[in-house]
Amino acid sequence: MSWSVIWPLLVAMGIVLAVVPVVGLYMTFFERKIAAYIQDRLGPNRVGPKGILQAVADGIKIFLKEQLVPDHVFKKIYFVAPTIGLICAMLSIAVVPYGPAPPTPSQSFRAIIAPGVEIGLLFLLGISGLAAYGIVLGGWASNNKYSLFGAVRACAQFISYEIPLGLSLLGVIVWAGSLNIEQIVASQGEGIGNWNVWWQPLAALMFFVAGLAETNRLPFDLAECEQELVGGFHTEYSGIKFVLFFLAEYTHMVTLSFLVVLLFFGGWHFPGLTGPVDATVGGYLLRWFVLLFKVGLVVALIMQLRWTLPRFRFDQLMGLAWKGLIPLGVLNLIGLVVIFSMGWSKWWLAPISLMALIGAAFVNAKMVAQRFSGSTSDQWSVGSFAGGGQTS
Amino acid sequence: MSDRKNKSVKWAEPPKLGLVEAMYLPAILEGVSTTVKHIFKPKMTRQYPEVEPQIPGNYRGVHRLNRDEKGRVKCVACFLCQTACPANCITIEAAPAPHDDPQWADRDKYPATFVIDELRCIYCGMCEEACPVDAIELTSIYDLTGKSREEMIFDKDKLLSVFDETVHSGKDPVRTHRGALGPASEFNPGASSAPPPPGGGLRG
Repeated sequence: MSWSVIWPLLVAMGIVLAVVPVVGLYMTFFERKIAAYIQDRLGPNRVGPKGILQAVADGIKIFLKEQLVPDHVFKKIYFVAPTIGLICAMLSIAVVPYGPAPPTPSQSFRAIIAPGVEIGLLFLLGISGLAAYGIVLGGWASNNKYSLFGAVRACAQFISYEIPLGLSLLGVIVWAGSLNIEQIVASQGEGIGNWNVWWQPLAALMFFVAGLAETNRLPFDLAECEQELVGGFHTEYSGIKFVLFFLAEYTHMVTLSFLVVLLFFGGWHFPGLTGPVDATVGGYLLRWFVLLFKVGLVVALIMQLRWTLPRFRFDQLMGLAWKGLIPLGVLNLIGLVVIFSMGWSKWWLAPISLMALIGAAFVNAKMVAQRFSGSTSDQWSVGSFAGGGQTS
Repeated sequence: MSDRKNKSVKWAEPPKLGLVEAMYLPAILEGVSTTVKHIFKPKMTRQYPEVEPQIPGNYRGVHRLNRDEKGRVKCVACFLCQTACPANCITIEAAPAPHDDPQWADRDKYPATFVIDELRCIYCGMCEEACPVDAIELTSIYDLTGKSREEMIFDKDKLLSVFDETVHSGKDPVRTHRGALGPASEFNPGASSAPPPPGGGLRG
């Protein structure tokens, strides 16, 4: 390997390693700001102008915190677990372009650690599946019932939502004919009409929902729900070890946002930005900005959802995956494969997605109606006090 | 286990889930639009140290010892506040008023020391209610802090200085008007020639 091949990799890695922790810290700041604004508050605004140094202050504080290790934990696994979580989160970024990265080698800097990985999405799914290890080991090594509950929940949740995640990606993979993320982005390059979201809206929605569940964020944060499990799997973690878990969660969130944009919303493509990616420096930087802007919008939406939707109950969580997303995903995939192999017009894709969604809603309405009628035991009863003193 | 034939129970049917509701997405979008709307609404936060709250006039904050029109402490050392205090935070030592001083000719007793432990006080306001001469009052000062316990034990001078600071600030006028100096202060009946205060003297 010549030096000219190695240095872009080192630069790409350096950018990721340097930027991800800072971005993670600042995402906590923006999350607090968004939370505050949604609740008609102002949020942190004391440290620095408009409070922008709050993230730095938080970082310093949490690094200086006491390293508290409870006596009852399994020490080795306890220390290793957060590291595993963060390593998996960082590894999955390796195949995700965080800036313009044309699929063929070119003169300009390709903003991706591992360019041209032909099994990119497969690698990504595998690594993000491993991320559950960090949580499960952390919860188990804490030797605490609540932590274990959190870990078990996380485990079940990860296994369940890997399936719709993969199913929703299959459509994109079949359509682009590649597992390479750069290739998939390039296939959406010819204008806004080529973005996958218009052709596979259901897959995009399912990918977003399943990805949200994989990132362990509200409304899917059952592994760490404070009201039921104290802190869930990270109850016994403090200081820097807690930060590692935290950073892993935010890294997953960033990865998810990048993937949503890259796979469904055209990546760095935008109407008006045509031609090769690296024709001019200005165009290159503009594409970088477009990509980051779209990612920022998705991150903001994720944060917005956190303060909009209440947390699922665990059976609802499982029901959504196994009774909702997985059948829908299979239906969607079958429709797509039939269209693809029969050589039909791609204009059938979106209507079929929509029909699958409406069909699912119809079945859901029927099921709910059935549950509350007839001879089942879980009827809602209102005591006779509601009858206005009328007894017969 | 439940029986629909039981007529004393009124059965409530859950609302029917329509096709749109069963898709869940419209409801989620509605929720997101609600939270987005809130982002642009005016904020409720008060920037506290810069913008201070409007304290109501009957707020029970730090105590003060009022002065009479001659600048003397109004207190006549009757011990009523000390007796009324449920937290035992008031300690008074009474002394006979100096009779050779014409300034004190109309007074029998006065407090030689008057100490309130602000940390022990529960700010119930019963001392204020018990006082027959409107000497002890609670002000609207709500942000009392100190660096030591000793600092928070207020003696007579400190309590009088609180009066000097607050009485002209506009926020804390003398708010109890039982009498010019109250009936308990009348060492020599008829000697008191102060005019009745505004508000009509004795409280109904």
